[in-house]
Amino acid sequence: MSGAPLLAAFRQSLGEAWAGGAGALLPLGFLGGTAVLVPLGIGTDAATLKAVGPVIIWFALALESLVTLERIFQADAEDGTLDLWLQAGAPVSALAAAKTLAHWLSAGLPLALFSPVLALMFQAEASPALLVNAGLYALGSLAFFFWGGVGAALSATVRRGGLLISLIALPLYVPTAVFGALAMSGGPGSTGAPMFLAASTLFACAVAPYAMSAALRLAAD
Amino acid sequence: MWSYFANPHKFLRLSDWLAPTFYAVGTLCIAYGLWQGLWVVPKDEYQGGDIMRVMFIHVPAAWLAMASYSALAVASFIWFVWRHELADIAAKSIAPLGAVWTAICLATGSIWGKPTWGTWWQWNDARMMSVLFLFFLFLGYMALRASMDTRQKAARAGAILAMVGAINVPLIKFSVDMVESIHQGASVITADGPKMAAVYLTPLLVSAIGHSLFFGGLVMTSMRTEIRERRIARLRAASLEGA
Repeated sequence: MSGAPLLAAFRQSLGEAWAGGAGALLPLGFLGGTAVLVPLGIGTDAATLKAVGPVIIWFALALESLVTLERIFQADAEDGTLDLWLQAGAPVSALAAAKTLAHWLSAGLPLALFSPVLALMFQAEASPALLVNAGLYALGSLAFFFWGGVGAALSATVRRGGLLISLIALPLYVPTAVFGALAMSGGPGSTGAPMFLAASTLFACAVAPYAMSAALRLAAD
Repeated sequence: MWSYFANPHKFLRLSDWLAPTFYAVGTLCIAYGLWQGLWVVPKDEYQGGDIMRVMFIHVPAAWLAMASYSALAVASFIWFVWRHELADIAAKSIAPLGAVWTAICLATGSIWGKPTWGTWWQWNDARMMSVLFLFFLFLGYMALRASMDTRQKAARAGAILAMVGAINVPLIKFSVDMVESIHQGASVITADGPKMAAVYLTPLLVSAIGHSLFFGGLVMTSMRTEIRERRIARLRAASLEGA
């Protein structure tokens, strides 16, 4: 099995995400819109915003992954792409991982890179630590996209599956959210937390493709 | 062994007398546990006085919440590997009942928590959060099954989700364990044996057995209903073909 269908699926996903000129601006707009609601809701007290800022960004990343993943496999199941993959004997788990990775590159990673700006708006001190946090957001959001991908694959044939994906995937987001928030809390346990965050992301990357593959085979039936 | 239990006729014959037995013995055990818990055992001031009597429902419910998700995962695995129809019927029946016992655990825990810890809910408590996410896993499982258009698809999607959930449960538990807990530690199943006084332990165990039997009886009844519903659907399809 050559890597050709893998590369094609990856490039197609990436191309779809960047088509229309909006590209990463759309997810960034979503992140900004979500984050702007927070100070309006909980008040503009600087100390409060500083405390909740990092968590709000995690929260926005989790929501963002759920919103963008709704259609990731649905179109493939509808237009027959999925059947062609299966007929060609393509490795579905690798294909699903490639598509998820493409989505993360266009919707997850830009947000993580943009996070220092938002952190500053949430009254964080301007320091190199913000760049470290951006790395942690990138790492953690990868786990969000993979677990969300499992939910998306399971509900690929369900019309209006968005809410279903959320209900399925949110419990699986817990370890990432907990380790991520802990790593940025500066409290006890925050030094080891990035390692646990990395471990849970690796776990997601290792397990989720096989679950997605099983779910996509089901969707093709 | 699986193929023996996978036969629906044998299951129907077995559950015909086993389910009522479970109901009868289970009800007796729960009644004994409640009677001991509410009127006989002395109250423990350290655990909040009279409110600690809710333990005789709360602890069995917590055990059943975990046991029922394990059972759901095992049934899903058996169905996924060997495609025994009865395993899927079991998984489908366990999910809503497991969700109910998980909800009972959360509700009674909340009622116990308010007078003892001064709060209905503690967000940084590992045990509460684990059980809450268990509840969400049950809800997600049921929602996914309900959204599939055929029975076969519902079974497959449900099995995949239950297995993914099951391998994530330890990780979820470990992650929420990182934040400190106000919930008391384990006091029944510990390495040094039970730390609880026998006057509480015996009614608690009897109550737990009662809840388990009652749960088992409900699962069997639900499975019997499902088997018959599937048979009706088959017969109806056959009669439509004949007409």
